[in-house]
This record gives sequence, structure tokens and C-alpha cells, in this order.
Amino acid sequence: MSLRAHDLTLGYGGTPVVADLSLELPPGSVTAIVGANACGKSTLLRGLIRLLAPSSGAVLLDGTELARLGTREVARRLGLLPQSPSAPEGLTVEDLVARGRYPHQSWLQQFSRDDQHHIDWALEVTDTAGLRRRSLDALSGGQRQRAWIAMALAQDTETLLLDEPTTFLDMAHQVEVLDLLSDLNREQGRTIVMVLHDLNQACRYADHIVAMHRGRIHAQGPPSEVVDAEMVRTVFGLDVRIVPDPEEHTPMCVPAKRRRRRVDAPEQQPTVT
Amino acid sequence: MSRRVPVRAGGFSRLLDLRLLAVCAGALVVGVVAVALSVSVGEFPIPLGDVAATLVGSGTFSDEFIIVGLRLPRALVGLGCGMALGVSGLIFQTLVRNPLAAPDIIGVTGGASLTGVAILILGAPPALLPLGAFAGAVASATLVYALAWRGGLSPYRLVLIGIALAAVSVAGTQYLLVIGDLIDVQRAAVWLVGSLGGVTWAEFWPLLVGLVLLLPATAALARALDALSLSEESATALGVRVQRSRLGLVVVGAALAAFAVAAAGPIGFVAFIAPHLARRLTGLTGAAVLPATALLGGVLVMVCDLVARLVLAPVELPVGVVTAVVGAPFFLYLLHRANRPVRGG
Repeated sequence: MSLRAHDLTLGYGGTPVVADLSLELPPGSVTAIVGANACGKSTLLRGLIRLLAPSSGAVLLDGTELARLGTREVARRLGLLPQSPSAPEGLTVEDLVARGRYPHQSWLQQFSRDDQHHIDWALEVTDTAGLRRRSLDALSGGQRQRAWIAMALAQDTETLLLDEPTTFLDMAHQVEVLDLLSDLNREQGRTIVMVLHDLNQACRYADHIVAMHRGRIHAQGPPSEVVDAEMVRTVFGLDVRIVPDPEEHTPMCVPAKRRRRRVDAPEQQPTVT
Repeated sequence: MSRRVPVRAGGFSRLLDLRLLAVCAGALVVGVVAVALSVSVGEFPIPLGDVAATLVGSGTFSDEFIIVGLRLPRALVGLGCGMALGVSGLIFQTLVRNPLAAPDIIGVTGGASLTGVAILILGAPPALLPLGAFAGAVASATLVYALAWRGGLSPYRLVLIGIALAAVSVAGTQYLLVIGDLIDVQRAAVWLVGSLGGVTWAEFWPLLVGLVLLLPATAALARALDALSLSEESATALGVRVQRSRLGLVVVGAALAAFAVAAAGPIGFVAFIAPHLARRLTGLTGAAVLPATALLGGVLVMVCDLVARLVLAPVELPVGVVTAVVGAPFFLYLLHRANRPVRGG
């Protein structure tokens, strides 16, 4: 399985958000796309999974242009967890996960043994089997995110793309979700591509980092080679010190101590009496 | 106890929900009873035994005339309209992800009202009424869809343009009511509420054709509807051709409502209530409630029509009055519930 983009230009009409970008995502690895707000990282992800048609260039899945493949065919090979997924009121975890089976089903075949097997497995591996009959609205943020990942897993794709999977979660749930993705990658060889906000998390969990800046790739490679103070200054506009992560020894950014600035109270207007 | 049972045979498989099955069976029983009662009661009551005898072809001539000629088509049109409206409501509620939506949002009701009233007021042959209402519904839905289209269809644009066009239709309809003769206006007013009075087999057959074509089409689009109810992104990622499926669903939903309005006028609130009733009773969401919605919609109209005929007998109310009396408070209740803060976070 290989997913790659060449000379990809993406935009929403007007100036392109991603310009002439070429990228090869290493199969079987965890790739994190990082960058400042509005650098085009989410747009790139949308382009990689055909939510956004390229204005020029192409995305190739195993050498074939995405646009030439049937959308179901793509759906059997690429799964997505959108940034803020939404579900109708009252939908249960089990029914949500079952919807991941869509590209494998037909009108006649709507609950094959294979479907059942993948749904049960996805619930099991994301630790949501105990919640299967609960309604999504009644879950905590972390549980809900795991249910959505279970849906993407039930889709049974070799590659999983995730748009900021940890953004609305507290720290414990962030780690829980990233550990799960990491396990899926290690145990099953699934290719994981995610947009991450937190550079330290990216360093810790990704084998490959793609740092974007103004719609282009500024640097890419293993965290230890790519992440340095120079890169962070250019990409995020922030002065940092890079130290080894005390747990995993991956690079870790600590914002540099800054000079304090005086913030005066607003001047009192003389009161008119 | 597991309430879901997988059913598999060769290339066929489904996850059968027993509660859904029970609700459908219950609705079916109530439906049959309601049809039987509807055929039996009235100004000339016919005992149920005689009804049965007539239906198998051994009734008296007068019983046969009253049952087969007058009451049965009315009952069946009521059943069919309710089914069509309910399913149409389910499609639009799911498609625009708003539990308060109804086929009105695509202008079906407004367009049908305008052309229907025009036919009644401007002196066209009354036999043209169903066809005219159907044409108005289709024309209006097409216009809403065309105006809402902007390189793709966004549900929000659809709703807003539907509301705008509905206002135009209402203005036109009211203008016609103001300039019309009093007798025509009264007939138009009854038709506008939705009424099964005077309905014959001539209204039933087109409705049946509509249902036979459109209900299987809905079933075929049901899985796409479920995927679309997540979000456009999720649906695309799952392999749904979003714009094509959406177009198909809008066409089917609008056509179902158009057939119903053509047969009995714009009966209000059925399209809105039936899906809620189905979801509440089955505990399911999404397209899974489709069969229950169809049956409950049919039963709802039937029962409301029975009430409409009996409550002020011998004066008959239009069925739309009763569905409105039931529907309006239910609408307020849902609004109230929807405005409460949602738990979780």
C-alpha cells in the first residue's frame, strides 16, 4: 500500500492553500503532519482522502490516481476520522461502528459474518465493547473518540487518516487515543497518518514527521532528524529548546524563557463631575 | 436478552431487530383494525361481519356500494398518504439532520397548495386537481433544488431557500383565496387542510403506483442516507457518492410527498410526527426505522381520519384538522426538549 502526492495544489477557490506539494507516506509507519494554524495541514489531509479535489497534480494510491478509482474502492483502502465528526442524536456506539462497514456491503449483504467479525473486533480493540448499546451523546469525550476510531477500524482499511484526533480531549484521553493508534500500527502494520497540533506528541508517536509551512513541506523525516530549534522557529515562529524526552528520548520542545513585558493598566480617564 | 438476531441465507444478510419487528407487527394490526373500523362506521353503520362478507364478494348490493365504492378507497388512500408522508419526512429529517424538518422544506407543500388552489378558484375542471397539485409540488421542489445548488447541495441552503419559496407560495395562495368566489374558497380551504372526504379509486391508483416505485427506491438509498447522516466528510470517506445520493434522496422524498398531496391535499404534521413515533417506539435511529415509519404514518392518518369522521358526527372534519391538533403540541414538546442543554462533553 502506498499513498503519495505529486505536485499537489489544493484550495477552496482563490489562492491555493497547498501548493505544488509532493509527498510519499511511508507504508506501515505512523506519520504526523505538523505545522502552525492555517499552514494547510488539514487541507493536505482532505486532499489525500479525496474530500478536496486537486486543482492540479494528483494523489496516487498504489500508483493509481484517486480520481480514477471508484469511491468505494478507495473507501476499502483509506479510512478517515474527521476533525469534529457528528452523529445523529441517539445513535448507539454499535450502530455507529456498523456504519464503518458501508464499503464492504451491498443491499443484499448488510450483516455478513465478516461484518460481524470486524465490528466486534473494532469494539474490542478500542475498548468500547462495554459501551456498545450506549448512545453516543451519553459518552465522555474520550469514549466518543474511541467509538469513532472503532468505526474507522471496522472499515478495515490498511491506511487510516486522522485529522487532529486528540484536539478536544484531556491529557489522559489524548495519551489513550495515541497509544491505541500506535498499537494498531505496531501490531497490525496499519499505516497511520495524522494531523497533530502538539509537536511533542508527534515526536513521541510518529516515525515520520511532515512539517508544513505556508502550504509547503518545510522538512520531513524521522523526528530526531527533523525537529530542531531552527525548524520550530521557522514553522511555528517560536523560540524553543530541544531536550530529550525523559521517557522515550525523542526530541521534546520546551518554549524558551521569554523576557517579561510590562503590561500597564489602562489609563484612568479623569471623571467629569 | 439480545434483541438483535443476525439473519443470513446465501448472499443475503441482515441484522434483525426484534423490537422493530414487534413495532411493525403492532402497527400492522392497528392498521388493519383501523381500516376495518373505517369501512364499518359512518352514517350507515355496517357490522364488521358484513364488511368481511362484502370484501370476499358475498355482501349485499348496498353494502358493496358503500364499502367498495365509498369507504374502502378513502381508507386505503389515507393509509397510502400516511406511508408516503412518513417516509418522506424521515428522508428529509435525516438528510438535513434536523428532527423538525418535513418535506415542506423542499417546497412540495407550498407548490402543491398554490396550483391546487388555483385549479379550485380559477374554474379549471376539478378532475385536474390531483394532477395540478402534483405538478405544482414537482415544479416547486425542482425550483428549490435548482436555486439551492451551488456546485453541490448544502442542506442549509436547501432549508433557507425552501422557506423563502414557501413564503412566495403562501402569498400566491392567499391572493387566490381573496379573489375567489366564496363557495370555491370554502372548498379550497378544506382541501388546503388536507381531507380524505370524497376520495375515490381515481385518487388511489396513482398513489399506489407512486408507493410501489418509491418505497423500494427509498430502501435502496437507505444505507447512503445513514452514511450521509454522519457528515458529508464521513459519508465520502465511507465511499458514498454524496451529491448523487443526496439528489436521489431529495427526488424520492419530494415525489413521495407530491403523490400524497395530490391524493388528499397537504395533510399537515404526519411527515413530521411519524418518524419520531417510529424512533421513540423502536429505540432506533436512522434509516433502520423506515418500515416502522411507513406503517405508523399510515396508521396515524387512518386513526386521525376515523376521529375526524366521528368526533362531530354527522359533520365530518378534514383529517388535517385532527393531525394538526395532535401534531402541534408534539412539535412544541420537541422544541422544548431540543432547547434543553445537552448532557456530556
